[in-house]
Amino acid sequence: MSDAANEKATPATGRARLKRDAEKAAAKAAGDSAAVPPGPDGATANAGGDRAAADTRTGGAAAWSDAGGTGPEARAGGASAAPRLAVRRTYKLYVNGAFPRSESGRSYPVTSPDGDHLANASLASRKDARDAVTAARKAFSGWSGRTAYNRGQILYRAAEMMEGRRSQFADEVAAADGVRRTRAEALVSAAIDRWVYYAGWTDKIVQAVGGANPVSGPYFNLSTPEPSGVVAVLAPQDAPLLGLVSVIAPVIATGNTAVVIASERAPLPAITLGEVLATSDLPGGVVNILTGRTAEISPHLAAHADVDGLDLTGAGDLATDLESAAAQTLTRVRRPAPGEDWTADPGTGRMTPFLETKTVWHTIGV
Amino acid sequence: MPDTAYASDTAASNTSLRAYLYGLPGVDEVGAQARAADLSTRSIKTTAKRAAIDLAISMVDLTTLEGADTRGKVRAMSAKAAHPDPADPSVPRVAAVCVYPDMVETAVAALRGTGVGVASVATAFPSGRAPLEAKLADTRAAVAAGATEIDMVIDRGAFLSGDLRKVHDEIIAVKEACGTAHLKVILETGELATLDNVRRASYLAMLAGADFIKTSTGKVAPAATLPVTLVMLEAVRDHHAATGRRIGVKPAGGIRTTKDAIKNLVLVNEVAGAAWLDPALFRLGASSVLNDLLMQRTRLTTGTYPGPDYYTLD
Amino acid sequence: MADDDATTAGNRPALGTALEYAPAPESRSVVAIRDSYDLFIDGVFTPAKSGERITTVNPADEQPLAEVAAAGEEDVDLAVVAARRAFDEVWGPMPGAERGKYLFRISRILAERAREFAVLESLDNGKPIKETRDVDIPLVAAHFFYYAGWADKLAHAGYGPDPRPLGVAAQVIPWNFPLLMLAWKIAPALATGNTVVLKPAETTPLTALLFAEVCQEADLPAGVVNILTGAGATGRTLVAHPGADKVAFTGSTAVGREIARVAAGTAKRVTLELGGKGANIVYDDAALDQAVEGIVSGIFFNQGHVCCAGSRLLVQESVADEVLERLKTRVSRLRLGDPLDKNTDIGAINSAAQLDRIRDLAGTGQAEGAESWSPACDLPERGYWFPPTVFTGVSQSHRIAREEIFGPVLSVLTFRTPEEAVTKANNTPYGLSAGVWTEKGSRMLWTANRLRAGIVWSNTFNKFDPASPFGGYKESGYGREGGRHGLEGYLV
Repeated sequence: MSDAANEKATPATGRARLKRDAEKAAAKAAGDSAAVPPGPDGATANAGGDRAAADTRTGGAAAWSDAGGTGPEARAGGASAAPRLAVRRTYKLYVNGAFPRSESGRSYPVTSPDGDHLANASLASRKDARDAVTAARKAFSGWSGRTAYNRGQILYRAAEMMEGRRSQFADEVAAADGVRRTRAEALVSAAIDRWVYYAGWTDKIVQAVGGANPVSGPYFNLSTPEPSGVVAVLAPQDAPLLGLVSVIAPVIATGNTAVVIASERAPLPAITLGEVLATSDLPGGVVNILTGRTAEISPHLAAHADVDGLDLTGAGDLATDLESAAAQTLTRVRRPAPGEDWTADPGTGRMTPFLETKTVWHTIGV
Repeated sequence: MPDTAYASDTAASNTSLRAYLYGLPGVDEVGAQARAADLSTRSIKTTAKRAAIDLAISMVDLTTLEGADTRGKVRAMSAKAAHPDPADPSVPRVAAVCVYPDMVETAVAALRGTGVGVASVATAFPSGRAPLEAKLADTRAAVAAGATEIDMVIDRGAFLSGDLRKVHDEIIAVKEACGTAHLKVILETGELATLDNVRRASYLAMLAGADFIKTSTGKVAPAATLPVTLVMLEAVRDHHAATGRRIGVKPAGGIRTTKDAIKNLVLVNEVAGAAWLDPALFRLGASSVLNDLLMQRTRLTTGTYPGPDYYTLD
Repeated sequence: MADDDATTAGNRPALGTALEYAPAPESRSVVAIRDSYDLFIDGVFTPAKSGERITTVNPADEQPLAEVAAAGEEDVDLAVVAARRAFDEVWGPMPGAERGKYLFRISRILAERAREFAVLESLDNGKPIKETRDVDIPLVAAHFFYYAGWADKLAHAGYGPDPRPLGVAAQVIPWNFPLLMLAWKIAPALATGNTVVLKPAETTPLTALLFAEVCQEADLPAGVVNILTGAGATGRTLVAHPGADKVAFTGSTAVGREIARVAAGTAKRVTLELGGKGANIVYDDAALDQAVEGIVSGIFFNQGHVCCAGSRLLVQESVADEVLERLKTRVSRLRLGDPLDKNTDIGAINSAAQLDRIRDLAGTGQAEGAESWSPACDLPERGYWFPPTVFTGVSQSHRIAREEIFGPVLSVLTFRTPEEAVTKANNTPYGLSAGVWTEKGSRMLWTANRLRAGIVWSNTFNKFDPASPFGGYKESGYGREGGRHGLEGYLV
């Protein structure tokens, strides 16, 4: 089941609030917030009881929520100081290692399950998708040409970077899915562990699914899996972080590059993940994250002749049309499997659909 | 010869020889074997078979190279060489008999006027392990006794240890000692270990002036395998393309049946080309194959299978 | 050095002239072809409800060989129902070891009746008996033998501890290797516990129907294998049938697209083995004689009716002239003619339609300015024939360098650096096969690593083996057939 569906917190106990809510809360609480020492560089302002508990636990780690102006930025000053105006964060796309706005200049409001406005996200266009494919193609030979060990290290690095930002992710997941803080943290932990899982696969999958073939003749014959190329990934709509990592990590672990359409409803953790990837030694273009309307962008990716694989996990009702569009260039399609349990052992089932088997023969003679 | 200057440059030093021979295209053993195997599936029947059998008989170098050879045996073999089937004058004579140097005189006498050549092995056959002077004396003695063809062996030890110049120079010296007799250079491919070496040794022999390159002494196994003959035929074909000079090929040893002989002819036909389908350019070094060719010939004529007792042993 | 001075009593054979090979035809009498064949449904030959029939001809002389049924919708339905029942009641529940024994038995019967199959295949397809006898049929028997052994070992195949069959497999195969493609489809499907409905190609149905007799001879339970002859419409109906859990197709990329579209949104698992435009890269340090053999077998084997054919020769400029000269000499020795003659290297083009396509594309090559060469070679008067053809002066943009011709037509391009070779080789929507010829191991591996192709043959070409996975990248399709990998498409 999705991480959102299970533990929808009641508004009374654990609704997370960001931005405006947070600012309001900060302003209101200005009088007694001196008791909580602020982080060194705009540390999280805590709106809501469970958030405070989280900060106590993570302690100094909150210092990580600095890059790119993330998180709720209300900084509580002294009791007598005028309220400081927070620096809000702009959520942009992640394409070719950079964070551009949509070329269309459009954005759309992202709300919590309860309808509270969280942020404006970029509303990516067909052309943004095209640019993302170009970036992913450009990155492919370099990324697939890295040693498997190196890819593993970079995926592990992503886990390290996420760990450092776990509080921010927990905030975002809680806000996006309306789940309790503890649940959000568990989901963040699982997402981090997922990177670790796939980091370990990079240099083993070849051994697990490839091997020597005993042909009848004087030939050396070896089958090796190779990445398909550029994979368009429709991230699950209902699991904005754990589900997202669960679909991206297997695709790039094997050397593919990815163009990801984030959960339309809850895209914010995806952009934060982009920021993590940007600081994880992952070459630009290996993962490209688009936010916007899945129905608008995905047909262009499905039909794109330079897209080699299509993961329809988050496609919903679009799946049949997209699979049909993908048929035009024999794009490899992973069909959606509704009701996926993101906490289960992932196995290899998300890697093998985007692997090609290359079999090399060579004569054996003197 | 058009390639004299080029040959002398190439052979100027061991280094230049090595650079040349190791610069030749390699041979993929598996591919060569597959090609030979494919060609050996050619089905030669009826009239084609009859023609092939007669051609094969005319290419035989009827051979006896035993310590126990006697003059009587050589005379008997010579008679058979001239008239392989006394009962059937339409059977062509063989190309030559092949004997040790001390038997040349006997063979020459027995074959006078028959058109059958007399080939003599020389140069401390089969090992070649003797001083050059002894090898040359061996050669001169055979030629003096009337041999029209000399089958020399190369120094495989020198070849394998990289002393290509020594092999080359010995061939030149023996060639000179041959005078007008034709020189067949035995590579003893069974000791050369790789088909790359077979090609290199073939070129080395051609460079040094061989008239024929020959696979084997018959004393070492494997002898004339089809892939080896294939590679040698490719070498003479390419040498001809490069220099305009045609060198002969002689597989020897292990060719026992009509089928073996015909497989060799198919190889010649499809690899070197029709020009080599001539005893002047292709020989089969063998002895027992002759009777099998005769028996198959009879079967084609009469339609019944003959028995070995109807053919003379030698 | 022949001593022509001497006289001799014997005849001297003609010297220095080519050895003539007398006709050496394989006997047709080993196979009995019926005038007419019905559909093989539920273990018995059943007249088609459609009432439609098609005629299959011998492409070497255009003489009709037999009439076969063309299955219609109702027939497809019956076959799928039979396959479903066999799956549910017999084949699915059967222990793997028992399934395996049926496959072993089939393999043995195929080996016993190999010559019969070889002759029939040559007659129906036009390919030389040398190939059906030495390549196709032995590989067919080997394929069944290989997969037979997997039937009770699936838990060890790397697809989970208890992999399950999908159900009914709809399989559509092409005419270039009729029985071999049948084996590639049926053997893994049956080993994994699926049942099948297979449609052979319109122009080559006969060996599949003889295979149906083998199923009977092996006492294979009714409905496990169903053979539906017919044309494109039958295939379309079959793959779209809601009762088919699996679609396996080998054929053109155009049809492959259509199948992928039809399967979209369904639960059907699909494997596609489609077209190709394989590059055969010859580096300047290659073993040239073997490379020439590989070029020849790469494009002229099976009249070039091979999806993985090496139809683009990429030869390094420094040896291009030499390679071409050797190639032309070699091609001149190819023997084209009667497919049943044991010495025939190149047989007939399978159909008039295919001949038209080859002529059309070859004509395009000339119109686009490439230079065409064929050896002097007499084509038989009747039947469908095309001479081995080599195009030089081909550039990447020419249609003959991009489109699959599926005939004995080679396009020759040159390159100067390894990087250029790989770039040109990969510059195609296809990605099925490639060849590399070099004597340098590191360069071979460098090249093989960069080629986007499912099969890379190094210092060899067009080799097949039941244990070796086969299948393409990109528009050459997806899924693998052969080897352990070939099980995956039939298991959940």
